[in-house]
Amino acid sequence: MFNSIPQKSDPFPGSAPVPEEKLNKFKRGVKGELPPRPQYKLRDVVIRSEAASDLAQKQNARYDLMLPEDAGFLEGDEDEDTCTISQDDIVDAVDITAGAKYFSLTLSQFGPYRLDYSKTGRHLLLGGRRGHVTCLDWQSKQLMCEMNVMETVNDVKWLHSEALFAVAQKKWLYIYDNKGIELHCIRKFNDVLRMQFLPYHFLLATASATGFLQYLDVSVGKEVVAICTKAGRLDVMAHNPHNAIIHLGHSNGTVTLWTPNQREPLVKMLCHQGGVRSVAVDKTGTYMVTSGMDKKLKVYDIRAYRPLQSYFLPAGASCLSLSQRGLLSAATGDIVQVYRDVWGIPVTKPYMAHRAKGSVWGVHFCPFEDVLGVGHGEGFTSMVVPGAGEPNFDGLDANPYRSAKQRQEWEVKALLEKIQPELIGLDPSQLSQVDHSTWEQRHVDRVQVLGFDPLAKEKFTPRLKTKGRSSSGKVEKRKKQVAHEDQRDVIRQTVEDRMKIDKERKEKEKKKAAAAGQKSALDRFRK
Amino acid sequence: IHAMKVKVLSRNPDDYVRETKLDIQRVPRNYDPSLHPFEVPREYTRALNATKLERVFAKPFLASLDGHRDGVNCMAKHPKSLSTMLSGSCDGEVLKVWNLTKRECVRTLQAHEGFVRGMVVRFCGTSFFTVGDDKTIKQWKMETPSYGEEEEPLNTILGKSVFTSIDHHQKEGVFVTCGQQVDIWDEQRSSPIRSFSWGVDSFSCVRFNPVETELLASCASDRSIVLYDMREATPLKKVIMNMRSNTLCWNPMEAYNFTCSNEDYNLYTYDMRYLDKPFTVHMDHVSAVLDVDYSPTGKEFVSASFDKTIRIFPKDSGHSREVYHTKRMQHVISIKWSSDNKYILSASDEMNIRLWKANAAEKLGLLAPREKAAVNYSQKLKEKFQHHPQIRRISRHRHLPKSIYGQSKELRVMKEARRRKERNVRKHSKPGSMPVVTEKEKHVVTVVN
Repeated sequence: MFNSIPQKSDPFPGSAPVPEEKLNKFKRGVKGELPPRPQYKLRDVVIRSEAASDLAQKQNARYDLMLPEDAGFLEGDEDEDTCTISQDDIVDAVDITAGAKYFSLTLSQFGPYRLDYSKTGRHLLLGGRRGHVTCLDWQSKQLMCEMNVMETVNDVKWLHSEALFAVAQKKWLYIYDNKGIELHCIRKFNDVLRMQFLPYHFLLATASATGFLQYLDVSVGKEVVAICTKAGRLDVMAHNPHNAIIHLGHSNGTVTLWTPNQREPLVKMLCHQGGVRSVAVDKTGTYMVTSGMDKKLKVYDIRAYRPLQSYFLPAGASCLSLSQRGLLSAATGDIVQVYRDVWGIPVTKPYMAHRAKGSVWGVHFCPFEDVLGVGHGEGFTSMVVPGAGEPNFDGLDANPYRSAKQRQEWEVKALLEKIQPELIGLDPSQLSQVDHSTWEQRHVDRVQVLGFDPLAKEKFTPRLKTKGRSSSGKVEKRKKQVAHEDQRDVIRQTVEDRMKIDKERKEKEKKKAAAAGQKSALDRFRK
Repeated sequence: IHAMKVKVLSRNPDDYVRETKLDIQRVPRNYDPSLHPFEVPREYTRALNATKLERVFAKPFLASLDGHRDGVNCMAKHPKSLSTMLSGSCDGEVLKVWNLTKRECVRTLQAHEGFVRGMVVRFCGTSFFTVGDDKTIKQWKMETPSYGEEEEPLNTILGKSVFTSIDHHQKEGVFVTCGQQVDIWDEQRSSPIRSFSWGVDSFSCVRFNPVETELLASCASDRSIVLYDMREATPLKKVIMNMRSNTLCWNPMEAYNFTCSNEDYNLYTYDMRYLDKPFTVHMDHVSAVLDVDYSPTGKEFVSASFDKTIRIFPKDSGHSREVYHTKRMQHVISIKWSSDNKYILSASDEMNIRLWKANAAEKLGLLAPREKAAVNYSQKLKEKFQHHPQIRRISRHRHLPKSIYGQSKELRVMKEARRRKERNVRKHSKPGSMPVVTEKEKHVVTVVN
């Protein structure tokens, strides 16, 4: 006979607890009230779906622990400012591949350069003001194409993948292949100064010198809408990656928010006392950073439209860019400064600084790398900014290491789930909410659409009868009969309403009296 | 010299790119919501695409089994073999055994002189029973007779009157027929062991409950449905409706529910315990409903109607989710849902049996695991967004023959007119003198114990 070995109980039974902030990171929406118990079917459905949602949230939070990469960082000594650390020092301290990310391209002939990184961060597009356009894989320094379009280039932008890019030239908008072959010359889009690409909608939004904001659907090749903003020359443009809203900055200090569904701006915010020089929005769509001619740098909470911080920069900032991890780069003249966490505790000094070779014309953080690209008068510089890029990318969304086959599959799937421009709005999850518009509101909308009220009572026209029963007196009598019936209905309704109000008032009084609790000897005689 | 701590993101491509061409690609995942914006609009677009594709791939008709020389009157499922189906026809009285995978007739036999009114396969699957207009019940062997052997029934029972329907017990050697009265027979005896009648002259259909195997129900010509317990001497109770029921079918998953198909274009699902009003009224047909059969999951049923269409209803919904019709299919007399929940067989009076898919857009055959995952995902998306107006509009869209479309509009106008009249009468009469009768209560006259 064997005695069972005394089993030790697990001191930490169950699965490991998940930290609260990780769970909150994956939280989507608030849990509402359950439907009341009589609605048992709906209640059951809601309970089950909430349980599934909770499980998904917990599993996501647990998986978050297993992400392969960690973010970069730069920490100086006790009394050392990180902004005094130069790029060469950083390159000496890190490995060769990371060090190779700091390089400069000297292109002094063709004017200040605008740049754009593709969504995966692999490919770089440079456009010089005097017509030089080139695209390359910047990590392997492999040139994809290089050409001179022989015209002023205002802006360059990658389209959905590294196969196509758009160049806003002096007169019209051109679309090129990555080999440099001109595919389209779109004359409808004239005098384009700035472009933004909305990746999930396949929309290229362009702001022109004539004050027009135009949207081009690049998958179908049609202009979705041309909005006359009536705000003058539009040369400050940014897009909110969270809800695909376009932010335009104007010379009277206002920033306006636009969707393709409306001819008027959704929101107009007065941000600066002078003109607005640059706008940047972070990837979660919570913060907007603007810089203006009044040398101020302001941070706003875009969800609540509140100003959060306001900084004074001695020379103002002409270009702004926000990285995936919340680092802000501000460029003035030929100096580029990087600030960390501008919306939290007020920042006193920059995180990093660098002097470029010429006056800066464009800055852009590279998506999944710790790199900031600077386009300036003497060409292009790529500087290393530890902690800028998101360390863990998602292979199904933007994968820098994708093969050609993966890219093809991704492109097909992205085209299939291309979001229609009608769904662009301030809240992207509006579709998932219950439509609580009241019956009255819907009725008013319907009347407006139809032009008449479908529920309004039609005027009673009595049927004409034969054999003299349709003389004017008889017709009047019939009309009167129906009118009396309607009047009786109205009277009955008003009497009912009045009686209900009276009853409610009496009950309220009784309750008040009972609550007052005054007991008098005459209480027993009260009805 | 700066003494500093620095780390710059530098990924090793070997961790992210596959080693050889024969490996699968590496797909690292990060579920951070900020990397996946526009969740709801993208899911909505996927749901819209899934709904549209479902309509694109909705091709339910599979095959037509012809060979009968007169209208097909009844069908029977084989309990053990999914690919076997039996059918009996009118004048010509030919009974055929079909192999559904090859879609051909395996065996033909002359069962009765006159209509084959009903047939059922015994629970063991080795023999089947048929009843016909020549007042006989015949039992046949399931296996095809070998070369040289004559087609002879195992057993023949002569009755006194025409039998209209037959059904077999699930576990014992007992079967029940109906005609003038409901008779319960033991296989070894040649006269019924018990007879039930309740002052009615004829019964059209009798069915054993597949779960509570001692209960049965029958449809009588006095517009009633009668419930019996085999162990009792008298019928249990009966419910009388406005119009006659043609057939009924018990829910194979819920022991107490059955659905009957009625002449007033509706189907009624009753709970056996509460017969005073039906559990659900299913309205969508535009002519008399002739036959009904449940899916083996018990969640849906299919109905065959005189208006040349087949409709599939969810068990608790008042309207159909699907309608099948063809120009060549005339009045559908009998319908069966195959036991693997995938196919529907309809027998119509133009001598054809048609094989349909139960889910019109389903891909048949073996699906790869990724295909299955994609199908499940589309299904869940459609279910999540089913109430959005655009998606609802597309998923509900069905083409109907002009006659049926016109007829359904007419019926709607008639119903609306009746409702309006009732409302006016109530409005102009003394309040309380005209009680509100719900739709469900309207169709039941009385319950008799």
